[in-house]
Parts: sequence; C-alpha cells; structure tokens
Amino acid sequence: MTAHVLVAALVTATTGATPLLFAALGETVAERAGVLNLGVEGMMLVGAVCAFIVTTVTGSDILGLFAAMLGACGIAAIFGVLTLTLAANQVATGLAATIFGTGLSALLGSRFVGKSVVPLPHLHIPLLSDIPVLGPLFLQQDGMVYLAIALTAGLAWAMLRTRAGMVLRAVGESDVAAHALGHKVIGVRYAAVLFGGAMAGLGGAYLSLASTPMWIEGLTAGRGWIALALVVFGAWRPWRVLAGAYLFGGINVLQLYLQGAGFVAVPTQVLAMIPYLATIVVLTAISAGGARRLQAPACLGKPFRPAN
Amino acid sequence: MGLISRRGLVAGAGAAAILSPRAHAADKLKVAWIYTGPVADMGYTFEHDQGRQAVQAHFGDAVATHYVENVAEGPDCERVLRQLIEGGDGMIFSTSFGFMNSVIRVARQFPEIKFEQATGYKTAANVAEYNLRFYQGRWVCGIVAGMLSKSGVAGYVAAYPIPEVIMGINAFTLAARQVNPAFRVKVIFINNWVDPGKEADAAKSLVDQGADILTDHMDSSAVMQMAEQRGILGFGQSADRSKIAPHAQLTAIIDNWAPYYLQRVQAALDGTWKTGSVWLGMKEGMVKMAPYGPGMTPATTAAANKAQAGLIDGSVQPFAGPIADQSGTIRVPAGTIMTDAEVLKMDWLVQGT
Repeated sequence: MTAHVLVAALVTATTGATPLLFAALGETVAERAGVLNLGVEGMMLVGAVCAFIVTTVTGSDILGLFAAMLGACGIAAIFGVLTLTLAANQVATGLAATIFGTGLSALLGSRFVGKSVVPLPHLHIPLLSDIPVLGPLFLQQDGMVYLAIALTAGLAWAMLRTRAGMVLRAVGESDVAAHALGHKVIGVRYAAVLFGGAMAGLGGAYLSLASTPMWIEGLTAGRGWIALALVVFGAWRPWRVLAGAYLFGGINVLQLYLQGAGFVAVPTQVLAMIPYLATIVVLTAISAGGARRLQAPACLGKPFRPAN
Repeated sequence: MGLISRRGLVAGAGAAAILSPRAHAADKLKVAWIYTGPVADMGYTFEHDQGRQAVQAHFGDAVATHYVENVAEGPDCERVLRQLIEGGDGMIFSTSFGFMNSVIRVARQFPEIKFEQATGYKTAANVAEYNLRFYQGRWVCGIVAGMLSKSGVAGYVAAYPIPEVIMGINAFTLAARQVNPAFRVKVIFINNWVDPGKEADAAKSLVDQGADILTDHMDSSAVMQMAEQRGILGFGQSADRSKIAPHAQLTAIIDNWAPYYLQRVQAALDGTWKTGSVWLGMKEGMVKMAPYGPGMTPATTAAANKAQAGLIDGSVQPFAGPIADQSGTIRVPAGTIMTDAEVLKMDWLVQGT
C-alpha cells in the first residue's frame, strides 16, 4: 500500500470513527450517572432522520444538527420518564427505545428516501491544509470531526475536575450517598440521559449529513451497538473511548482497503466481529479482578427510589 | 388450480369449508408479496412493489394485492407466511433468496396455496421459481466501463459472495476485459445488503486505489452518491439512481418484474397456473437499462445498444468460454457456454478481479 493510499485510508477512518465517538461519549456520561440506555441505536436513527429532514426542508445543516439533538432527546426523554420517574427496568426499556426509534425513523423518513443533501463542508486553511500527509489528516476534515475530539477533551476534563462531573460520578457510584448529601439523583440522571440522547443524535446526524448525505431505513446499520460496546471497551473514560472509536473505525476501513487491494487473508466477517470480541476481552479482564479503576459505575442499571 | 376449482374443492370438503377461514375470501383472489427490505428503498424492493402495483392496476377488482415489508429471513418469514394464509391469501410472491426454505416448508402444508419464489432454486407442485438475468445488464455496464475508464480499473462494492452477486461481478469483468484485456475490477464485499456508511467508505477506498468507475450490488445508493461527490462515473443497479447521481450515472440496471407478475396472476385467475422455473431477461423486457446519463459518448451509446441487441437475439453470450478464474485456471473451455444451472451455482470470480 503506497503512502498516498495509507493517508487516504486514515482520512476515511476518521469519518468511520466520528459517529461512533459521538454516540459512545453520550452513553459514557449516561452510564457514569448509573443509567444503562440500550436505546443508542434507536436514538441515532431518529437523530439521523431528523437531521436529514430538517436539512432537506430548510437547507441549513446547522438547523439539521439541532433537530437531530432534539429528536434523539425526545426518545431519551421517554426512556428517562420510564426508567427514572417510573423506575422501569433499564435493559428492557432501552431495547424498546431502540425498536421504537427504528420504527419511528422509518416512518418519518419514508418520504425522504432517494433525496440527497449537500454534505457538511470541510475545513480548508490555505497553505496549511495542503501540507502533504498532515494536511489531509488533520486540517481538511469536516467540523464534526473536530467537534467530537473537542467534546472528548471537554468531557474528560469536566468529569474529573469539575464539581458537576464529581456529582455525576457520585450519583453513578452511590446514589444513596449522593442523595443523602442533598444532590438530586433523579435530576442528574435526567440530565445525563438527555445529554446521551443529544450526542447519539449528533452521531446519527453525522451519518445522514456528512458520511453519506442521504436517508434510508436502518442507516446506522448497528453502529449504536458498537458505540455501547465501546463504552465498556473504553472503561467509561472519554479518551479511551476515543481511542476505541478510532481503533474500531480504523480496522473497519482498513479491511475495506485490504479487500480492494486483493488481500483477503482474514475473512471480512472476522474483522466485523472485532469490536465485540475486544469488548468481551475487556469485560473478562475487569471481572478477573483487574484494576479497580476499570470497573463499571457501581449503580449502573439500578433504579433509584428516594427513601423519604 | 384456479379460483373456481378451488372454490369447488372447498365446498366439496363439506364441514371443512365452515372451519376454513379462507372460504369467505374466495370471491376475490388475494395476492400477497413479502419483501426483505422497505418498499421505499428505491432499489430492489421498490421495483418488486412497482410490479405489484401494476398487477393491482391491471386486474382492478378481480384481485386484492397487499404486501409485508421488512420481513426477516428465517423463522420470522414462516410466521408471516402462515399469517398471510390465515388471512385468506391464495397466492404469495416471496421476493428474497433467504425466504426460499421457509416457503418450501410452509407450501408443503398448504398445497392449495400458490407460491412464487424469486431468486431461489427449489420448486414444488405449488412453488414456482422465477428470476431475472440481472447479469445481462452487468454485461452492458462492463462494455461501457471498458471503453470509458482511463485507469483501466473499476471499483465494485458488493453485498455477499453468493452466486447472484458473483455472476454479476463476473459478467461485468468479462465484458470490460473484452474491450480492454488489461482491465481490472477491484471488489469489496460488505457482508450486508444495506450499510450506507460502509458502502461509502468502501467506494472511497476503491477510488483511492485507482478506480475511476464505480458500480455496486447493494440496496442503497451510497456508492453512486460517492461517485457523484468524487466527480467520477458509475452505474446504478436495481433502479434508476439518476436523481442521486445526475452526472455520475452512465446508466443503471432496472428490474422490471411487472410482465411476469401480470402473467402469473392471470394464470391463477384463469385456473391455468402451474409450477415452473423461469429465468427471464432483456428478451422478455424484464431487465432494462435506464436512460443514458451525460457521461455517455456516442461511441459508448452505440456499443451499449449493440450489446443489448446482442443479448436479446442471443448472439452475445456473457458466459461463453474461454473463461479463467482468479488463479488463471480455465474454468470454461473455449467453444462451450456455461449452462444456466452452472451460472446459478457460480462461486468463483473470473480473472481480472
């Protein structure tokens, strides 16, 4: 593989990684607050379709991105009411949210299949963007790629260094203790779930506005599930989640380039399994008594009922 | 077995007729279609549904047609089939290869229901099989690709390495190499029918590796969209993609199922329906090429028209020997033509891929 192709492959890898990263970062925040939302795939689809519809109708991709966040937040809000206010089982509700989101997105989008929008603009800084290798890799992407990386940095800092981040983690680690200290456990969890929804919506919007500017049923093709796996793979830490997203996105794209080059030593199905296999390995490492800091938030998936 | 004789049969069965949920539905022939994708896919399923609509429009009140979309291949399909039969359907068109085994199983239990299985290979007394020679369209695309490609490399994004897909890749490659013997086709399998993100990434990777013409065997239009974005040329499949790729699309392969559906429903109404196995193509007007795009030159237009004429009159045989596989071994000796049965089982890619 020549250098030119290698650079092209890496550029493509970033477009593969970005939707995963958005969705996985959102889910990281939700899970850090102790809420397991399996509805990521459904929220991504609703985000994708809302972004596409609004961008098609208004011609504005910024409005489209806001619509994606709002739409996906809608699904997240339903999930929140059911699991936080009504204390329903999070796993079952999350699965239902995915099924609901899949159906709803198909319904909303049925009149928009076969249409196309202008893809999101790419950055271009005169001279700098034209530097060989570094230019295409770092300075010619679309804005969402940079936004995702900036959000990773922001979240990593906020979760460790800010008061809000500490409250979020406290709620996820020990809801009873956080409650006793006067923090609004349910309120924090609502905020985390809605944030997760907005991020999943952005991930979906990236697919329908940037990566493939179109709508078709099932556009996300299982990326929501990979994002869920990524959260565990990244041990609930933003930078590790980013590394995972680029790793999985990279492997996926690499196999396409290898196939195109006629290299088929590893069956493509095996490569498709890698994100899940890697997640199982990480989970096994955790349960085998690995470092404490790799462990899941202690209250993950448990409903909280304030005992007054 | 037709409508009248079936009604007689039910009446003759006496008490069974009262219990049969279908007795009251016998006035009108109910015909169902089951699709593996959504009717809005602007591709394979969309074209089947155009055929269904043609049936409804043609027969009017004599038939009632309806469809079930997004049916999963496997146990779900069997459940859907049974539900349709419960609901009074007398004729069912099953439009995906993956439905075949379910259809055969269910058909055994309901001998009075007429089943039509698209792109399969098993038949029964009440299960007919039908398919289109999509590969004829691929041949036409291959000729054009061979003439227009400057790099001599085409990119082909395909779903699964199954015979239906492989024969298309092979026909495309053989045609392109007839024009330009050094032509090469880079193939990427996605292992999914719909995954636009991955399809687009695959298309990008093919362009990055030198392909200047793209085509696909997928259910979405992501590859053609990428061709349009990158300013190169390509071919649509299953349906006209010129709305998505007005500049890039040279032509597209269009499945036209309506003639077969009209003929089979007519036979069911007349009582002359029999099982069978047909493979129809350009000659029957069921595989067509979309109107040529702006990228076509007078020379390629003439060559494409000539190839179509040759496929229709039989003077062009895509799978005539000698054909070598990827390793260079001759699979089809000179002077012989692969039989339909051999083509339908094709599991090797030709030289040049």
